[in-house]
This record gives sequence, structure tokens and C-alpha cells, in this order.
Amino acid sequence: MHSRFTTLAATLAVASVFLAACSGGESEEAAAEPTVAEVPEFEAGTTMAELAEQGTITVGTKFDQPGFGLENLEGDVEGFDVEIAKIIAAELGISPEKIKFVQTPSAIREEVIEGGEVDMVVATYTINDKRRERISFAGPYYEAGQQIMVAADNDEITGPDSLKENPDLTVCSVTGSTPAEQIKPYLADPGQLTLFDEYSQCADSLSNGQVDAVTTDNVILLGFVSESDGDFKLVGEQFTEEPYGVGIAKGDVAFCEFINETLAANEEAYAEAWESTAGQVEGAETPELPEPQPCS
Amino acid sequence: MEAVTENLDAYVDGFLTSLSIILWSLVGSLVLGLLIAASRVSPVPPLRRFGLFWVTTFRNTPLTVVLVFCAFGLPELGFNRSFFFFGVLGLVLYTSAFVCEAVRSGINSVPAGQAEAARSLGLTFSQCLGQVVLPQALRTVVPPLGSVLIAMFKNSAVVGAFGVGGDLWSTGATLTSARGYETLPVYIGVAIGYLIITLTAGALLQVLERKVAIAR
Repeated sequence: MHSRFTTLAATLAVASVFLAACSGGESEEAAAEPTVAEVPEFEAGTTMAELAEQGTITVGTKFDQPGFGLENLEGDVEGFDVEIAKIIAAELGISPEKIKFVQTPSAIREEVIEGGEVDMVVATYTINDKRRERISFAGPYYEAGQQIMVAADNDEITGPDSLKENPDLTVCSVTGSTPAEQIKPYLADPGQLTLFDEYSQCADSLSNGQVDAVTTDNVILLGFVSESDGDFKLVGEQFTEEPYGVGIAKGDVAFCEFINETLAANEEAYAEAWESTAGQVEGAETPELPEPQPCS
Repeated sequence: MEAVTENLDAYVDGFLTSLSIILWSLVGSLVLGLLIAASRVSPVPPLRRFGLFWVTTFRNTPLTVVLVFCAFGLPELGFNRSFFFFGVLGLVLYTSAFVCEAVRSGINSVPAGQAEAARSLGLTFSQCLGQVVLPQALRTVVPPLGSVLIAMFKNSAVVGAFGVGGDLWSTGATLTSARGYETLPVYIGVAIGYLIITLTAGALLQVLERKVAIAR
């Protein structure tokens, strides 16, 4: 079921290379990679000084999230999260090939930060207070929001509230995800929620009629809608706010401020990062960089 | 261990969901396994071949593959039921092959003279199997059957990943990912949940074994 994504990713990759070649893409190529700072200077003892000195950085990201962090056939990860990591690394004087990406599924994100196995985590990581007890967040760098996807011929479901009105309707999400938790208040009966390991399984169940709706962050759903040849559609407004942050060691205020400043200073690279990854999906608008939250 | 104490209700819910998967699958796989075992030893060649086919198919296919076919294949064929049903169905199909073989080993342990004596008394095949062979066979299969069933109890964790959700294993995933608790204490809690089920089952099996044991 991953193969559809990989095929899509591969097609997009090939297409973009082709387009770049057609348009004599030198300028595009150059712009796609953020400019790596030559000799950055940081106060001694900070994380930034340490990383710049070391010349490498280890970043935790997802390897299975289309548009944000997806491993391609060559074994490289691509996506918006990956590009964000590159922007931050560039400001530390670290070129993209010196970044080591480590697969970090949702369940172990706090663990790898606490254990020092990664320097930061950029992995569709929603900022919340529970997580703040164990780590610190820089950003947010993106505001996602939860939405509902249904079959194109479904007029019964108009938003999350439709689920409460008709307890026969079922909705699918992924085990252990924030959307799976946040849809619960909208359900009349806990049995309405179907959980899988991957969103692609939810999409399959939606197409064969086993579930009536799929819910998660809008950008992920948009990917499925654009792939479905008009079989799926989004309904209703975004009903949650999911600010994606950069997870770093707890209490590293200097690093957090550095990341926020870096993102604010690289608006152009930020927009390009979006357009070359998650923004390629039909209907995904280029976001504004959200206001950073205070570092703690 | 505050991860466990703070979320006790989630654990209890997960435990009950797992338990109901287990109980349905227990009944289903015992009944089906016995039927398949009966067809494998029956005097009717097509039934015997069917039994062999069944065991070969389900014993040699990974459980996850069986579950994928149940959860995604059957709806494609227009057979729509709840994922709970499909999950239990997959686990029953898979486990029935192992139950069948455990029972068959018991049947083979009953001396041929027993069945011959039953037949010479004029008992039919089902009478012979039901009243003479199986009662003796089942005594010897308690330990191997127990292992098969305990393996099935633990396999119920896989069912949770196929749309059922809310079982003990998925509860662990929810607590660690969505609610941000530490992995180790959460899964220690999950392990305790499964241990409650498997250790109880083990103790019951031991009682059963002592009860039905025969001095040979």
C-alpha cells in the first residue's frame, strides 16, 4: 500500500527533474538548496556552537509520511520536514549531505530527544503541553488542522458533527495519533472509530466502503484526495489546530530561539520548501510562517 | 509507573476489548479446529483432502496476511462486516489449523484397537470418534493445545492493528504517541495486561490437565 505513494513520489521526482531541465533550471536548482552559512559564529557552549564545530547534525524525521518525510527508492528522505531541517542546518554551516536523518515514528519521538540520539526532531510533531513536560519545542513552522475525508458521492457527512448525529457512521484514523484522540469527543459511540497502522489502510477501507470517513491533518488527506481520481473529497472546516514544532532537548532556550530566528529569516526558502514538497498536492496553499511560541 | 495509574481506565478498556477478541476466537478456533481434525481423520477422501488443504493453507500463511485478506479482501468481494468480525475471523481461521493438528496428534495417540473395537460394536464413524476416540484423545492434547491457545491469546495483539483498535496493544500505542507517555512504563502495563490473561489461562489448563489425566 506504500507503493502507491512511492510511485507517486517517484513520478513527482522524475517530473520535477524533467521540468527543471526544460526550464534550464539553474536558478531553481540553486534556490532549492538553502545557502549554507560559511563561517557561522556562536557563543561557546551552546548547542549551535557544538553542532557547527562538529559539522554534522542528526535529525529525527518520519520516513512514511508523504509530503513531510518519505523515504524514496534511493533511500533518501524527502518532504517538508526534511527541507525545514535543511534550512536550520544551513544556518549552522552544515550542508544537506552532512545531515543524518534517523527514522522517528511518533511513539519514540520524546525518547530519542531525551536519550540524545538526535539533535532535533522534525516529524509532523504537534506542540502540546503533555509533550512539553519532557522536551522543548521551537516553532511552530506549520499550522495543520484536522479535517474529514469522505467518498465523493457521500452527502450525508458534512463535518465532524455528522458523526454524533448518526451512530452508524464510522470514521478511520491511525492508532496512537493525535487526530484519533481528538475525534473522540465527536463520536456518539467509541465503536465508530476504526484504527489502523497507516493512513493508506484507512483510504483503502474508505474506497471499499468499510468505513464512511477518514480523519487526520488536512495536508495528509489532500494527498489522498489528489491521488483518488475524484473518488474522495474533504468536507467541513478544519476543526483542530495542530501546530507542528521542532522537538529539541528540554530547556535548550538558546537553540529554540536560534531555530525561530532562522525560520523567520528564511521566508523565501521556507515557501520553496513547501512548494517543492507538501505544496505539490492539489489544493494545498503555501502557508505563512506561523508566529513562534515563546521558548522555554 | 504513573503512566499506568493515570490511565487505568484506558487500560481496563483495552483489556476488555482484548479479552472479548480472545474469547470469541477461543470458541471459534476450538470448534472449527475440531471439525477440521475430524475431517482429516475421516474415512471420506474428499474431506481428508479438504482438511489437509485447510491446514496447509492457514498453518503456512503469516497471520498478518490472513488478516489482510479478511479485512480488505472480503469487503472487495462485497462482504461487509465490522472489523472486529474480520479480525476474529482471521484469528480463528489461522488458529484452527494449529488446533486441528494438536487434536489430530491426540487422535493418533489412541491405540487403533480402540477404534476397531468401537467399529466391531457397530458404532458409526461419528459415534466412534465422539464417544470413544476423542474423549481419550483430548486428555493427551491438553498441554499442546494449551500452548496453541496461549499463542493465540498473544496473537490477538495483531488483530488490534486491523481496524479494531482499542485493544490492549493499541492502548499502548495511543498512550505513547498521542498522549506522550514514556514507552517503557506504558508497555510494562500492556505486558501485565496480557500476563493476567495468559497466566490465568495457564493455571486453568493445569487444573484441567490434572483433572482429565489418566494413569497409563
